[in-house]
Amino acid sequence: MKTAMPPQNYARVKTAWLFIAPMLIVLAAVAAWPLLNTAYYSLTNARLSDLSDPSFIGLRNYLNYNGYRWSGLLTSPIWWKAVLNTLWFMAVSVSLEVVIGFGVALVLHHQFPGRGLARVISLIPWAIPAVVSAQIWSWMLHEQFGIINDFLMVIGAIETPIAWAAKPSTAMWAIVFADVWGTFPFIALLMLAALQTLPADLYEAAKIDGISPIKVFFKITLPLTMPALVVAVIFRSLDALRIFDLVYVMSGRNPQTMTISVFIRQRLVDFQDIGTGSAASMLLFIIGALVVIIALLTRTLRLSEVNES
Amino acid sequence: MRKVILGIAGFLTFAGLGSPANAVEVSVSCGAFGVDLQLCTAASQRWAAQTGNTVQIVSAPVNDSDRLPLYQQMLAAHSSDIDIYQIDVIWPGILGSHFIDLKPYSNGTEKDHFPAIVKNNTVNGQLLAMPWYTDAGVLYYRKDLLEKYGAAVPQTWDELTETATKIQEAERSAGNKQMWGFVWQGKADEGLTCDAFEWVFSHGGGSIVEPDGRISINNAKAAKAIDLAASWIGKISPTSTLNDAEEESRGIFQTGNAVFMRNWPYAWSLANSADSPVRDRVGVAILPQGGANGIHTAVLGGWQLAVSKYSKHPKEAAELVMYLTSSDGEKERAIKGSYNPTRPDLYKDPEVLSAVPFFGTLYETFANAEARPSGVTKDRYNQVSVAFLQAVHSVLSGQEAAAPALNNLETSINDIQGSSW
Repeated sequence: MKTAMPPQNYARVKTAWLFIAPMLIVLAAVAAWPLLNTAYYSLTNARLSDLSDPSFIGLRNYLNYNGYRWSGLLTSPIWWKAVLNTLWFMAVSVSLEVVIGFGVALVLHHQFPGRGLARVISLIPWAIPAVVSAQIWSWMLHEQFGIINDFLMVIGAIETPIAWAAKPSTAMWAIVFADVWGTFPFIALLMLAALQTLPADLYEAAKIDGISPIKVFFKITLPLTMPALVVAVIFRSLDALRIFDLVYVMSGRNPQTMTISVFIRQRLVDFQDIGTGSAASMLLFIIGALVVIIALLTRTLRLSEVNES
Repeated sequence: MRKVILGIAGFLTFAGLGSPANAVEVSVSCGAFGVDLQLCTAASQRWAAQTGNTVQIVSAPVNDSDRLPLYQQMLAAHSSDIDIYQIDVIWPGILGSHFIDLKPYSNGTEKDHFPAIVKNNTVNGQLLAMPWYTDAGVLYYRKDLLEKYGAAVPQTWDELTETATKIQEAERSAGNKQMWGFVWQGKADEGLTCDAFEWVFSHGGGSIVEPDGRISINNAKAAKAIDLAASWIGKISPTSTLNDAEEESRGIFQTGNAVFMRNWPYAWSLANSADSPVRDRVGVAILPQGGANGIHTAVLGGWQLAVSKYSKHPKEAAELVMYLTSSDGEKERAIKGSYNPTRPDLYKDPEVLSAVPFFGTLYETFANAEARPSGVTKDRYNQVSVAFLQAVHSVLSGQEAAAPALNNLETSINDIQGSSW
């Protein structure tokens, strides 16, 4: 059923659009246009050396059957290895960051002498550019020259040096380690801000009732900081999905540790193959969108559970 | 930020006004680090002082695999920021269309360089780059250690494995815990393609893609070569080799912790520099062959200087190229940096030979180095090279055996080839 709008509302709607327009234009220019462009290129055989006249080849960058064999991105074992690496990296590094970051935030939330200094120090890893910290860690973890191996050998934890960043079984862990070191302060900072907004009276009430600190954390602190935590996790997960710098510096083009972004860069830049590079970028976009949707859905579900109970 | 940029721009304008009216600024992208960069800077500055022009040195990424895409992007954008590009021997086919013909400026001096390299740099009758220095993989060994254990310089890869194992064990039980038998480049980039190409070709396993375009890599001899290399990891080569490039190998060898090293000639002058722990204890030989019927193989490397089509001062840029690639220019680099000249005459020069004796003994190796299949695969060489090195890397890191890996590799290269090269 349609009802006619009063004339003064037209004017208000018009003004509203006028105010929204700049943002919409900016969004279209910086988000929608590149995205559509990438989607278009993913359906062509464009090469970086000559972008002027690509021909349209449909979905062949994604999947192609040449009469006797399937080819294309979706059949490439290196692509799927990159996807698995990235998802594994995201899950492990974000989980560790949340645990460590939240822990640090809880410590920094308490009053103790030198707290200001401790807060500043805990932020340092976050302030170091990832490329620099990757280079630092790859030297420190090096089998022949690394200080970590030297230290572990001096205290007797290992007998022979370990090639942390080169051995297939530890290479991904070395990257996760460097990433957690560099970004736990981000989670700590966001959670610290959330902790400082919590009402003190709740804690006083809990104290009077003699509730154990662990129960206080799970029944009061965690539910109340959940919105901030979800935001932090979404941010970090999306960041982790497009991880590039650490992997590229610490293990180059090694397919055992290659992530989606390293894979995309190799197609786009090393191979000058805009077609498959764009196709891979579109798939990364879809994976990212799925992660956000899943995160938001779980949040909504949880909130509705809370509301029902 | 903007203030800084304006400040720099202002300074540059000011500096430009200070120089004579006809003098121009030529920017050169040469050496990436160390001696290479130092020598290039010094020589270019000398030319600038002689001609009254100014020179700007743009340092490039250390890693070839990073340098090529950067150059591709700049050239594709028709950028005039860099006038002279230092390009790898495998690049003329990829970048050629962006460079000017140097014949009008060379006065026929290209005839004094190795003909094979001049041919490599000539596309459709145009001389797109002047040869500057050539490169070939060589075997470095510790003279003192071979002598101590009465071992000969290995002629086959099996002998190398045996000698390296023996000396490594003996040195370690003598208290030298850090000692390794053989270091080389296993990091997943172009360096690994070079090393693995040498193993495969020396075993008679062909050159990945043959000059006629046939994909030959899926064969038993190639598989044998790569399986042998995989057996070194953790035994005579540190596991870190999987992530080590030239400079890391040199680091291990030069600190005295390796018996053998595969590297390029540049490591010679550094290994013999005043502060080097292995000074005067290093020998250089041709790389081993694969089995009794194998072929001693050194992969062809080397660098050329090319002038961009989009340069605003092509004449001056070409003159600087001729200056740097002149007999004196190449001689200086040979003596101070052990960079192989591309002029056969310099291999008989007494000053060069006293600085780098193996230039004389290994002359044939340098003159006949084996080229990677960049000529036939053209602008898809990079894709072929990456497919090859990734397959080799997965074998080296123990993910799969060489035979199935090469079988899959053949399929991947087939896909890259498409209907034709």
